[in-house]
Amino acid sequence: MYNEKVMQAFQNPKNVGEIENASGVGTVGNASCGDIMQISLKIENDIIVDAKFKTFGCAAAIATSSTATDMIIGMTIEEALKVTNKKVVECLGGLPSQKIHCSVLAEEAIKKAIEDYLSKKQA
Amino acid sequence: MEKPIYFDHAATTPVCEQALEKMLPYFSEVFGNPNSQHAFGRESAKAVDEARDTIAKIINCKSSELYFTAGGTESDNWALRGVANAYRERGKHIIISPIEHAAMLSTAKALAKDGFTVEYMKVDEEGFVDLAHLKSIVRKDTIFVGCMLANNEVGTIEPIKEIAEIAHSVGAVCFTDAVQAAGVLKIDVKDLGVDLMSMSSHKIYGPKGVGALYIRNGVKVQSILTGGHQERMKRGGTTNVPAIVGFSTAFEIAEKELDQNFKYVSSLRDHFIDRVLNEVPFVKLNGPRQNRLPANADFSFKFIEGESILFSLDLAGICVSSGSACSSGSLEPSHVLLALGLPEELAHGSIRFSFGKHNTIEQVDYAVETIKSAVKRLREMSPLFKSEGEIKYV
Repeated sequence: MYNEKVMQAFQNPKNVGEIENASGVGTVGNASCGDIMQISLKIENDIIVDAKFKTFGCAAAIATSSTATDMIIGMTIEEALKVTNKKVVECLGGLPSQKIHCSVLAEEAIKKAIEDYLSKKQA
Repeated sequence: MEKPIYFDHAATTPVCEQALEKMLPYFSEVFGNPNSQHAFGRESAKAVDEARDTIAKIINCKSSELYFTAGGTESDNWALRGVANAYRERGKHIIISPIEHAAMLSTAKALAKDGFTVEYMKVDEEGFVDLAHLKSIVRKDTIFVGCMLANNEVGTIEPIKEIAEIAHSVGAVCFTDAVQAAGVLKIDVKDLGVDLMSMSSHKIYGPKGVGALYIRNGVKVQSILTGGHQERMKRGGTTNVPAIVGFSTAFEIAEKELDQNFKYVSSLRDHFIDRVLNEVPFVKLNGPRQNRLPANADFSFKFIEGESILFSLDLAGICVSSGSACSSGSLEPSHVLLALGLPEELAHGSIRFSFGKHNTIEQVDYAVETIKSAVKRLREMSPLFKSEGEIKYV
């Protein structure tokens, strides 16, 4: 059901962990649905210099976490906000239809982490 | 060690050599339709009769009480729908357990839409039916009481004899789904006291696509597959002769090897359960230690999700199944684990291991070591893990 790219990302995920004193953290999903994704960002001059994730979920959730964090490192926050779940899925070479919600979680976690950063910045 | 290793015998098993060998002539040499009057037909009919006699003898019923079907799902559908339709004038109250196979649950839901009232037995945290509760919900208009003989996910062996007594106290028909139990446990339908029983071939080293339904003489069951004169007018469709021959051969061997297989497979299973409980922290065994199918071990691994465990093990050459929502394609985790009262998070983190007669202790030990490292790796990725404090691995 999963393609090689997805299995590869699941087996050797990049950016696993948590950034200490992160600029912003976003957590989405809940245990009862079977998916929780937490993305932490280090942002300097509105550029994402590092991103890490921790995920409770299926192979697709872990693979999308890895790919999504990889995609946004080096992006400005404006660019990262434009990363859609569709782009994450494309980058993984496709996901089974019942797994698309995992990529939606990744998009939401990134947005939430950036919002967290922006709200901290304003305060 | 040769890989992949198969620990999913509750899903299906390979056809044993003897069954395969016996089946082969019935594809081309002895191809007659058993309903034909001529020599070709008679030879096929003889094979089907012999197969029926063999299985009837094993489960202690008359050959005339045994009907071949396309498998467990058809047998379950037929039993429930057939009894509901045959007895609907007498009553419309149906009781089943909440941990039945989807073949029962889906049929019950369909009947509920058709004017029947479906009520569910209570089960305890190990999956055993609460008999006192069952006694309290049977009524004069209860027409069907159905419960698995042994659960496919957590292995619980149910007190069917007692359930049958309660069903009969109000004149209801008692059904048991023995798909996981037939050929694994000693079964005597007279002793159990059930009126209907489902069986399947491919769980006991027989071919797929064939099963049987025991219908006690005198019990009314309306046909669901209406057609020709096959199966004594009760189940239409050309008889699947090679599959039936394979099924009965596999059943015969399973019966012969029953004690030996029970002993061997349960020893592998017990060794596995003991090691996992001792060596993997934050793990829960689902189902009981006693009165459990010999092949079954089902665990919930806290803080992580079942499908990711399944694929981690698969990548290491170990094939198992999971009760997580993600592996089933639905959004709900296992209905069995939820009925046992497990919180959703633990239900999502469940893995079923089901062993077979060809598995070895070395394979089991390899699985334990693989589980330890896979669980550790996935927990390090899990945001739920740190909140429970420090965990020391053995």
